[in-house]
Amino acid sequence: MANVLVFTEVHDGKVKPVTLEILGKLAGQSADVAVFGDLGADQVAELAKHGAQNVHKLKGANLDKYSPEGYSNALAEFIKSKSYDYVFGGATSMGKDLLPRLATKFNAGLASDVVNFIFEGGTFAGTRPLFAGKCLAKVEVTGPKPHFVSIRPNALGMTANPTAGAGTAADVNANAGDIRAAIKDIIKAASTKVDLTEANIIVTGGRAMKNAENFKILEQMADVIGATVGASRAAVDSGFAPHAMQVGQTGKTVAPSLYIACGVSGAIQHLAGMRTSKVIVAINSDPDAPIFTKADYGIVGDLFQIVPIMTEEFKKLLGK
Amino acid sequence: MNIFVCVKQVPDTETKIVPTADGSFIETSSIKWIMNPYDEFAVEQALLVKQSNPAANVTVLRVGSVKDTEALRTAMAMGADDAFLVEAADNLDSYSIAKALKGAIEKTGKKPDLILAGKQAIDDDCLQVPQVLAEMLNLPSVSVIVGFELAGATVKVKREVEGGALEVYEMSTPCVLACNKGLNTPRYASLPGIMKAKKKPMAQHSLADVGVSDADRRVKYSQFKLPPEKPAGKKFDATDAAKQKEVVSQVVGLLRTEAKVI
Repeated sequence: MANVLVFTEVHDGKVKPVTLEILGKLAGQSADVAVFGDLGADQVAELAKHGAQNVHKLKGANLDKYSPEGYSNALAEFIKSKSYDYVFGGATSMGKDLLPRLATKFNAGLASDVVNFIFEGGTFAGTRPLFAGKCLAKVEVTGPKPHFVSIRPNALGMTANPTAGAGTAADVNANAGDIRAAIKDIIKAASTKVDLTEANIIVTGGRAMKNAENFKILEQMADVIGATVGASRAAVDSGFAPHAMQVGQTGKTVAPSLYIACGVSGAIQHLAGMRTSKVIVAINSDPDAPIFTKADYGIVGDLFQIVPIMTEEFKKLLGK
Repeated sequence: MNIFVCVKQVPDTETKIVPTADGSFIETSSIKWIMNPYDEFAVEQALLVKQSNPAANVTVLRVGSVKDTEALRTAMAMGADDAFLVEAADNLDSYSIAKALKGAIEKTGKKPDLILAGKQAIDDDCLQVPQVLAEMLNLPSVSVIVGFELAGATVKVKREVEGGALEVYEMSTPCVLACNKGLNTPRYASLPGIMKAKKKPMAQHSLADVGVSDADRRVKYSQFKLPPEKPAGKKFDATDAAKQKEVVSQVVGLLRTEAKVI
């Protein structure tokens, strides 16, 4: 059995769902959780239900906001005071920035963006996509411990941990150390929707959207079904949407349960970024568009006619 | 002022990836290699800094195989002053690459003021090297930057996080910055630039020269394989306006009853 620490981020008072995905998958290992700042009793209970033994709440000066140095210094000091074999975290914006720095403080390795894993006799073996998901490979970590692993959100899925953890929460005095690169300001995003990488449903527009204005019809559908709107590289390069919305090899790799591609032809680099979506719907006027080879449900037709009808049908179905 | 730009050479985004028969890596013989797209933003940012600081020297660094030096030549054709290549296999892990880059920077004998890189390489998609390099050099770092301002020795950058929100960081040079699309518009190499690049100096060293050995590997990959193909889906013709409502209604129904995703 391996001793594992799972680092979690808190958003709007709730632990990120990827933490619960990780804890469920860690069934059979001993798992603690580390978090910066406070965490409500309901959230501690949720972590315990998924298998968390101890919940360490790291508190100290200059740790109210994220900084690569502050968070990695504080976590490194805490981890050194314990004896973890593995440290896991989500491959989120913060996780991708923080975990490489943290691992290097131990001269240790990090397996990034893992989508599945097992423990064989206490040793981690993972699967991760490479070349934006065009192929998969087995990934193992070697060298000094602890070994670090980041997990792609939405990839493992929620699995119930048959054994609840004790969920013992305690404060830890943490030390941010010297912070040279600090956040001076945060500019909020125009959209309050969940990020593409964590979205459960995504509606994407391609070049056939013709302009930025037309993305409104996708927003309308997205509002009905609780989706986040994405865009293909062609749409982003044509100026219809910002790069933050781009799905594909040079954008975001996504794995929602439902992906609706509207007017997206399906270039290799786009398919690479969304092929692991559980169910794919494609709407395109070209019956030979490559996107149809990946679609579970393909509709050949004009998206400007189909999308509004689909929005109405979703409204009916959901009683909205 | 010394600016270092770390670039990687990766398969073109339209490349069809084929695992080798033994699954140890991918077939690389027929691949068209390009500079990692995110690294172009790093090269461009370095050149923009050089424009306002003409005395600045821009060195491009790369760790990888020597069968093609496209990425370094492209960077020099865009305007970088010189290049440093560390010969290595194309499937090195992030820790080894970062250590090699550190060794390369030290070997140039130049004290870095600014180290720029792409936020991720689109081959192994690890998003690690810039942060690991920063930690190894004990420098501050910010990744996924989409905004950059330099005033004297103070750098102000914008980092893109989930949902498109921006974190604004301020720090002093030297620092390591990992660049994202949206930071700038990379220039094309001009024909005179391409001719000039051929005469620009390119140092070439082995991994051992920069202090890296097999013992530095931290992540091992094996069993490369293609992802499982999906079975063919259902396709509906809705080109006839009279049938559209019926077809869409059917698909929406299937999303609930068959796919159970809504």
